[in-house]
Amino acid sequence: MRGSNSLVRVGASALTLFSGAALAGDAIGETAKQAVNYNAIGMFVLFVLLTLGITYWAANRTKTTSDFYTAGGGITGFQNGLAMAGDYMSAATLLGLTALMYSKGVDAYLYMIAFFVGWPIIMFLMAERLRNLGRFTFADITSYRLNQGKVRTMAAISSLVVVCFYLIAQMVGAGQLIKLLFGLDYGIALVVVGGLMMIYVAFGGMVATTWVQIIKACLLLFGGTVVMLLAMSQFGFSYEELTNRAMAVHQLGEKLLSPGNLLAEPVSAISLGLGLMFGLAGLPHILMRFFTVTNAKEARKSVLYASGFVAYFFNVVALMGLCAVIIVGQNPDFFEEGQIGGKLIGGGNMVAMHLARAVGGDLLLGFLSAVAFATILAVVSGLALAGASAISHDIYSRVIKKGTASEKAELRVSKMATIALGIVAVVLGLLFEKMNVAFMVALAFGVAASANFPVLILSMYWQGLTTRGALAGGSLGLLSAVALVVLSKSVWVTVLGYAEPIFPYTQPALFSMPIAFLAAILVSKLDNSAEARSEREAFGDQFVRAQTGVGAATAAVH
Amino acid sequence: MSSATYERIRKNPRFTELVERRGRYAWILSGIVFVIFYIFVLAVAFAPDFMSIRPFAGSNLTIGILAGLFQFIAFWVLSLLYVRRANGEFDDMNKEIVDAAWGGK
Repeated sequence: MRGSNSLVRVGASALTLFSGAALAGDAIGETAKQAVNYNAIGMFVLFVLLTLGITYWAANRTKTTSDFYTAGGGITGFQNGLAMAGDYMSAATLLGLTALMYSKGVDAYLYMIAFFVGWPIIMFLMAERLRNLGRFTFADITSYRLNQGKVRTMAAISSLVVVCFYLIAQMVGAGQLIKLLFGLDYGIALVVVGGLMMIYVAFGGMVATTWVQIIKACLLLFGGTVVMLLAMSQFGFSYEELTNRAMAVHQLGEKLLSPGNLLAEPVSAISLGLGLMFGLAGLPHILMRFFTVTNAKEARKSVLYASGFVAYFFNVVALMGLCAVIIVGQNPDFFEEGQIGGKLIGGGNMVAMHLARAVGGDLLLGFLSAVAFATILAVVSGLALAGASAISHDIYSRVIKKGTASEKAELRVSKMATIALGIVAVVLGLLFEKMNVAFMVALAFGVAASANFPVLILSMYWQGLTTRGALAGGSLGLLSAVALVVLSKSVWVTVLGYAEPIFPYTQPALFSMPIAFLAAILVSKLDNSAEARSEREAFGDQFVRAQTGVGAATAAVH
Repeated sequence: MSSATYERIRKNPRFTELVERRGRYAWILSGIVFVIFYIFVLAVAFAPDFMSIRPFAGSNLTIGILAGLFQFIAFWVLSLLYVRRANGEFDDMNKEIVDAAWGGK
């Protein structure tokens, strides 16, 4: 029992590293405000000015709903690939995974593969159908031949749930990170992030959000590469030299390069793998990116570029973590009271930042800090845009107005929704400041994999899916994912303070996904209503459009 | 888009051929990714000692690291293969089918 508890704990902390949540929850949470970092602030101000300029330019090109939701559908595959990778690589990818490699060695590398493997699956099974069937949101696809009002409402609710959990994790992480890196107050940091996000999204829509994401992705890839190369140069760019020296000083010794207990318990490991693999395919802000390109050809290219950048960056981060074992781990300057092996200044997730300072001085530290801030801002903007679309396109335009809303009115609602989401994000960030929000990301991925993904994939692949089946599958998937996370250690023990978790695993996907699929399939099979018959008949036309793109939404002409 | 156009496409044997060929290719590639990844996950869970073997004398590369690096590269290459065939051969077929549907009016 003790063994499995420690596994669960390692799994939980590992899962959360991908969002700002871990930064807040574990390492950064209780750190004191640092001295004001002028290098970092200066470079961040440059980034903000540049992106505000882009937003001003984008605002003039955001006249229709299609501009707002999908940048007019005219983004190229390469640009969209960068933006997708940007959506996926949060500040915690850089900070959390470097720290995980630094402390746990090769286990972190194995973990990165689990985060990567969803990309090829989304490519083979979903990319072209998503592009051919969707227009603005993924609910366009699930409601294509089903009851618009009901299925869209459910898709919008689960999208907003995913977005909100993700937002909480990002906002709390952002506040803590900025407090630490820039020496700004938590509250001020939240208002800065929330305010800038509102400006980008409300005025610039998808055009601005995409370009903010592209710039940030380039900065992140560039910053990571520079730190990695400078660090590797200290070992003559030799993997053997690096690993020999790292093993000599690391407490794990030889085990640094051997898999340990990160994925050691098969049920949690498989559940984690499923949750990450299919969670990616259910994240509304990632799915939305499929509609910004011209056609299925470009959609496939986007995924190819995105997965290439993500794979490359994971390997850079892995090397950074290994280099840090020696460069940071053996330098007393980076430990509190100069005690090597003691507590790292700023907490465990500051490894990447210390490494940047060690190899490139205050200038590189400032640059990487600014990149981390920009990263949070960009990810939060993508989330806000996805949430705003669910409100304005799905709920307002399609469910309430049943398609009769004017373009102007819909655009106004989407801007109001963005501002509301910005305020909600700041308030949630303030409410959850003192709480361990590490479970929020498990929840976001779990809900995405269990509520969004099953309905989405069945609607594209299975003729038999009916409205009732979709509602049953989606809502049971949502409920079971949330319930299992609440009953797992990360909420039941850590937040609610009970002694033992009721659900012994960290990721709900292995259980909640089958529940969702079974419910959707059984209820659809038992559905003999007249609507169900016509919904099944409509699959034929949908299938041709999914395969050929005939009738698909096309790029707006500018 | 009229249902008649869709109907015409559906009746085109080339369409059936496209769906079957592209579908088979996509499922085979997905299957490869799925099987390799889960063999890897189970190997890490049940045979960590095997994953720690250093197959090259004098090198610190373990089977775990090699398997990880292999997956990053192999899965991306599979994606590349899919994109090349889907954007080339399959899209050409697709265009031919769509053109036939419009022309056959």
